[in-house]
Amino acid sequence: MRKGLVLTFAVAGAMFAGCMTASADELINVGFAQVGHESDWRTASTKSCQDVFSEENGYNLSFVDCDNDEAAQKEAVRSFIEQEVDYIIIDPIIATGWDTVLTECEEAGIPVIVIDRTIDDSDKYVSWVGSNFKTEGLAAGEWLKAYAEKKGIDEINALVISGSTGASAQIGRSDGFAEVAEANGWNILDEQTGDFTEAGGQEVMESYCKSYEGQFNVVVCQNDNEAFGAMTAMDNAGVSYGPNGDVILISFDACTAGLEDVKAEKITADFECNPLAAPFVEEVIQQLEAGEEPEKEVYMVEHWYALDDAVVDFEVDGEPQEMTVVTDDVIEAQY
Amino acid sequence: MTKKSLWRRLADSGLLLPIVSLLLVMAVNIVFDIVSGNNPFNFFMVTLQHTTSNGNVLYGRIIDVLNRGSEAAILAIGMTLVVSSSAGTDISVGSVMSLCASFCCMLLAGYGVSSTSTLAVPLIVGVLGGILMGALCGTFNGTLVAYFGIQPMVATLILYSAARAIGLLLCNDLIVYIRNGSFAFFGSFLGPIPTPIVITAVCIVVMSLLLRKSALGMYIQSVGINPRASRISGLNSRRIIFITYVICGLFAGIAGIVASSRITSADSNNIGLYLEMDAILAVALGGNSLGGGRFNLAGSIIGAYTIQAITTTLYALGVSTTQAPVFKAVIVILIVAMQSEPVKSYMKKRRLARTAKEGGAV
Repeated sequence: MRKGLVLTFAVAGAMFAGCMTASADELINVGFAQVGHESDWRTASTKSCQDVFSEENGYNLSFVDCDNDEAAQKEAVRSFIEQEVDYIIIDPIIATGWDTVLTECEEAGIPVIVIDRTIDDSDKYVSWVGSNFKTEGLAAGEWLKAYAEKKGIDEINALVISGSTGASAQIGRSDGFAEVAEANGWNILDEQTGDFTEAGGQEVMESYCKSYEGQFNVVVCQNDNEAFGAMTAMDNAGVSYGPNGDVILISFDACTAGLEDVKAEKITADFECNPLAAPFVEEVIQQLEAGEEPEKEVYMVEHWYALDDAVVDFEVDGEPQEMTVVTDDVIEAQY
Repeated sequence: MTKKSLWRRLADSGLLLPIVSLLLVMAVNIVFDIVSGNNPFNFFMVTLQHTTSNGNVLYGRIIDVLNRGSEAAILAIGMTLVVSSSAGTDISVGSVMSLCASFCCMLLAGYGVSSTSTLAVPLIVGVLGGILMGALCGTFNGTLVAYFGIQPMVATLILYSAARAIGLLLCNDLIVYIRNGSFAFFGSFLGPIPTPIVITAVCIVVMSLLLRKSALGMYIQSVGINPRASRISGLNSRRIIFITYVICGLFAGIAGIVASSRITSADSNNIGLYLEMDAILAVALGGNSLGGGRFNLAGSIIGAYTIQAITTTLYALGVSTTQAPVFKAVIVILIVAMQSEPVKSYMKKRRLARTAKEGGAV
């Protein structure tokens, strides 16, 4: 009900904004149905879009925050069709159930660009721009393999705190890491979801510390917020972690606060998930404006972070990976 | 003899079934530990754990239940009073928690700041600000319910929808991080004891004293049973209902501060999410009628810890968190059925039959 109310306001606002600038037809109208605002990562993603699709850059952006409500998101897309925007950007809350809505977009002649998360049951969009989550998971696994070799650790007993079940980031990261784990005979003791939140990570880790006391030497958190929670829980259980601790802590996202914890020798390695999709999306839009056909899948550049000692050489799918050493300058430059 | 009278006393006070439910949930752990060859009382073991950040602290599953159940227990206090006086529920408490946390963190960080290690205002100002925001929300709800006569569900739906969003506005759409040790206190430790447990204990004691030492408890029940008769006999029914909503909001504020302090941030999307449901369920599990009138505060508190005990048990059993709600639902159905009227009257009939038989034999 709350979401419905918020959406009503948001749509009304978006329509109002649409009417306001209808006369300025030289602007390109872009509708963006964002997932919500659940993390810093999401906020950075939103900001990136608002910065790139500004009026100074020749765009008029209708932004709807769907508050993690999948029905609301589809309504938002329909409202964009009614507003007759030129392009629709969707960060799909869930991967399925999109065919009807995307068909409506196609009939209205509005190109859809999907970012970040994926749509599995329809291909009626021009491009998908995002991260390769599986590559992130594979990178974390391959890094761990190289790091363990360097440190002379022969047995890996890992605990995974996964993201919201079913989210493509969760699936990709879990699959990628599990693939490497299986290939190397590692032991994944347990995998429970922390819903990508700090409180979730804290509660799951609190329980792990009791269930697997003294049995684990790796903790994988599928985003930085979960890692913050896991750290508090390990502090309270007297478990030491990080490059100098008993437990290797791996995290994903690499937001500013996450990198600060890498620098503070708490998180051993952090695997970026680049939130700044908007510049890549703009490139796609410019290609469409120029009558060119963009790539169906556009992968963004991502970085892997660690401190000097934990930087090792490794390969993902035969490609050598480069690691970034976390310094104050790197943290400053991060979103 | 004394044992039997305690049993009877518990049964008469309506606390027997809630306590039995809680013990049953915990007993599952004993069975599980025996089956998996651990110490049967693993779940109940409390040890002192040395930590670098907080010194020696209490450690164990049972401590987790008490600690993690704090927010629901605090909310259950206010919810019990609201249910009793107005025969309705305050569904806004989860959202209000989030708003209070956001307001507190915004005060502490300063508007528009997303991460800070130095406090913009003294800690106490931020914390009291957050709690007062809760009372303000309670005042709003109370006014609508008591003075405008709007149904509680509808009246509190407004803040249920809006409070979280207002919190986001206050935080400029960001998660505000207060990376300052002093704010972490409310969610960490007071000596060896987790602070949330202490805060909950204080809330319970203060409220119980207030209800026992003043006539408030009696007034609330009286209004809940029959508001008209209460008014005719000289009680200001509206004011009593209004007060219960203010108290409920105030406790939502306290719970919000605890939840926010645990993660030293205002995560307005997730703080208190679905917790209003746990609070209402706690009241019901405590053997209270959602139709208002007589209430049993202790029952609600036990109910709140029962819900947390289920969650912690499912963690201990290693049930996947995605499947946990199903198991939770099954256990809740069992508990609620156990306390339902038909089952209760059946048990009563059996007991009467037994006593009659025993009486006949003597």
